[in-house]
Amino acid sequence: MAALRRGRKTLLPPVCRAFAGRRCQLAPERGAERRDAAPRRVSGVSRFCPPRKSCYDWIGPPDKYSNLRPVHFYIPENESPLEQKLRELRQETQEWNQQFWANQNLTFSKEKKEFIHSRLKAEGLGLRTESGQKATLNAEEMAGFYKEFLSKNFQKHMCYNREWYKRNFAITFFMGKVALERIRNKLRPKQKSSN
Amino acid sequence: MAASPHTLSSRLLTGWVGGCVCYLEGRAIQESPHKFIHLFRNVNKQWITFQHFNFLKRMYVTQLNRSLNQQVKPKPEPVASPFLEKTSSGETKLEICEKKPLSSPCLPLSRKPNEKELMGLESASIIEGSVDVGKETKGEKQWKEMKLQVADLPGILARLSKIKLTALVVSTTAAGFALAPGPFDWSCFLLASVGTGLASCAANSINQFFEVPFDSNMNRTKNRPLVRGQISPLLAVSFATCCAVPGVALLTWGVNPLTGALGVFNIFLYTCCYTPLKRISIANTWVGAVVGAIPPVMGWTAATGSLDAGAFLLGGILYSWQFPHFNALSWGLREDYSRGGYCMMSVTHPALCRRVALRHCLALGALSAAAPVLDVTTWTFPVVALPLNLYISYLGFRFYADADRASSRRLFFCSLWHLPLLLLLMLTCKLRPDRAPAS
Repeated sequence: MAALRRGRKTLLPPVCRAFAGRRCQLAPERGAERRDAAPRRVSGVSRFCPPRKSCYDWIGPPDKYSNLRPVHFYIPENESPLEQKLRELRQETQEWNQQFWANQNLTFSKEKKEFIHSRLKAEGLGLRTESGQKATLNAEEMAGFYKEFLSKNFQKHMCYNREWYKRNFAITFFMGKVALERIRNKLRPKQKSSN
Repeated sequence: MAASPHTLSSRLLTGWVGGCVCYLEGRAIQESPHKFIHLFRNVNKQWITFQHFNFLKRMYVTQLNRSLNQQVKPKPEPVASPFLEKTSSGETKLEICEKKPLSSPCLPLSRKPNEKELMGLESASIIEGSVDVGKETKGEKQWKEMKLQVADLPGILARLSKIKLTALVVSTTAAGFALAPGPFDWSCFLLASVGTGLASCAANSINQFFEVPFDSNMNRTKNRPLVRGQISPLLAVSFATCCAVPGVALLTWGVNPLTGALGVFNIFLYTCCYTPLKRISIANTWVGAVVGAIPPVMGWTAATGSLDAGAFLLGGILYSWQFPHFNALSWGLREDYSRGGYCMMSVTHPALCRRVALRHCLALGALSAAAPVLDVTTWTFPVVALPLNLYISYLGFRFYADADRASSRRLFFCSLWHLPLLLLLMLTCKLRPDRAPAS
């Protein structure tokens, strides 16, 4: 993976510089101050620059940690204030989601590992089986961990759910407004150009 | 709105087929990485020729075109050996396929060329420049333009509306209609079916609209259109509205207001009660069971215009069926539910989960016996259905007692053929006015 990134780094900057300008902007990280006390932003997907002539958003592969697909938002040259607001909302929601799920999944993996280790130790078993494979517990043994993890994170999920529903509705609502605005602009091109 | 709101979408239709296909897929896929490894080992040993490299690049291109490039789970730990990882993950993927044969992501999962393959390839390659270009292309290729292709739209909307699940919902409505007394009115039947289908499409689309980040984190649901960005949330909501309005209108004015009201109620129950409740309380399972029970009731009310005892009986059968079906399925998904924050009995109250499944297996037998009492079927029905009900009760008991993966899977698979067979038997034993009830 490190080698892969090295290869990309040597090739991408000159390519990106050629596309420099608003088109290749990754919207700045906002809401950093709003994030709860969490470690640095975790992302498992490298940066991306879309082709110059594309006028659309681009969606990437699922992030290694959050399993969410990042979106690279296209910034049109004549972006209206409403479109900008929508894009910024989507960008911020994307980062907020990324932060939450990456943290959630990493915490889960970490606590699961700790649980397995402590159980194996309690049973007097080593961390590796005789064949050298990592020792694991079966589903029934893990059931206690799953229940505990779910109840521990219940409040966190309640807050997340409320926030997610709000943001999802807001984004969809703004998408509707932007769509109406675009239709209005298309139907009255003369008025717009005179404005 | 669902026969089962949870995962019935591909289960019934692709259950058996899917299981076989996925097993065969797994076998085939296990062979192709081996061929890849074999070639790769040759590369290690000898000077890589241009022909070799072209073959490798072509393999990647073909695989990329077919694959969906999705990560199975977050893997923060570095991989020791790409070969071991590949063979073991191949086996794991096969296992996933066998155990969840009805999740459609099964296919692309197995074919995905993962980062570990890339690592292995890179470290062995001598022509670094060409390989780097190949890899950059692969990385860039994973990004897709979010441009809606009109040609893809039918497929996307079919997946958004969970068309297979909708088809099953419509078939339970049709069964309810057919089982209701009175002459069979074809136009009413078609209107009820289409209306219910549209309402189901709407409800399923809204459900997916609400659940994007959660769906992304579960293996079963991570290839849905909104998760993959194939469609915007606005379009999904618009589509749902375009299905709900004509669907409910058809039911209300084309059939009767009672059926229309039930349709609206079911959409509301599924989208506004069941979907959010999944993350709040285990009560979601009972709400979901009601959602699954309403379509056959709608079929009955479409035919008769009233909520008779027979309607409640049919609803009761579908309601009871949900529990062995879903509880058994959820037994194998506990890790995903825990990580994703879903409140399911299998995670929070495992004993209750199994008890409820068994209880409702027994209830199915009791309800089958009630069918002739309520003049829905002849007495032949509970007699013929007895072996079926005994078998599912037996599997329910095994699940209750053993509480393991094997028994949960057996119960789940049994539920898939139990319901269609039971409904079919009911239809063949339907009490007709000219037929004298068997003594």
